[in-house]
Amino acid sequence: MREPVTLITGTRKGIGKYLAEHYIDKGHLVIGCSRTEPDWRVEGYEHFQADVADESAVKAMFSSIKKKYGRLDHLINNAGIASMNHFLLTPLSTVQNVLNTNVIGTFLFCREAAKLMQKSGYGRIVNFSTVAAPLKLEGEAIYAASKAAVITFTEVIARELAPFGITVNTIGPTPIETDLIRSVPEQKLQELIKRQAIPRYGNVEDVANVIDFFLKQESSFITGQTLFLGGV
Amino acid sequence: MREKVSAIVLNAINDFNETYGKQIPLELAEDIPLFGKQGVLDSLGLVSLVVSIEQTLEDELGVSLILADEKAVSQRTSPFRTAGTVIDYICKLMQEETQVCESPSH
Repeated sequence: MREPVTLITGTRKGIGKYLAEHYIDKGHLVIGCSRTEPDWRVEGYEHFQADVADESAVKAMFSSIKKKYGRLDHLINNAGIASMNHFLLTPLSTVQNVLNTNVIGTFLFCREAAKLMQKSGYGRIVNFSTVAAPLKLEGEAIYAASKAAVITFTEVIARELAPFGITVNTIGPTPIETDLIRSVPEQKLQELIKRQAIPRYGNVEDVANVIDFFLKQESSFITGQTLFLGGV
Repeated sequence: MREKVSAIVLNAINDFNETYGKQIPLELAEDIPLFGKQGVLDSLGLVSLVVSIEQTLEDELGVSLILADEKAVSQRTSPFRTAGTVIDYICKLMQEETQVCESPSH
């Protein structure tokens, strides 16, 4: 069987880096990207330096992928940024940055990936949301709103891409100890975790487990779904 | 340039036939009725064909065009009626962007 080609955004560190290593271990050809170069390299991994919201950079990246691999089996839209602030104190530039990375970036990668996938009549796309959206987390208005947009976007394109054999699902992680939540006060995080059915931090293995499930060939009848971790 | 665009569009239709097992009559060349009352494509087929044409234009001519934007959709007469009208529309867009296409013949 041919090796699956898996594209993961935001692979420089954190969950993205873990997922890149995880899928390399599973025998995938893994392509990653981030705004700055990662300080790690693994055999079987190709890195692109690109801002996920930069349309021409994203298109150039997909053009290279098409030329080199001729196909794309999986897209994992992991790249994301968060902002913790009362919305009355949130500058517009922060809003634009968050929407650019979390919404525009997800849109661009889904669009370009689906163009490649539809030719082979097969594809798996996994987008990233957060429990901050259903839990209406105060102080995360823009972040939560951007990730709620990802859920709705996923639900709609799942229907548009179903005839091409492409599934699109969302994972909604709980807080995981990565740089993304570094600026969130511990007390705030504990309050959030208490609202989960299983009150603990998530970990990268929890995330990989859900993505493994969405990527499985046998998951061809599962699309437009959001799976929240921790029983939210 | 129009000849190149014409070849790209007709090749894309040929690829579309092969990929999706369709039988769009290539012998009609630029008169192939694509979309609309007499069209051979449903809306999903049109999406696939437009994606294929956009990608080939980019690969072969290095031109990045969005063919089915609001401008195209809102036109009184659809640019996707026939292969010929698509070719004309592409040339028009390229003219606007690069001034390289000859005047359309349709």
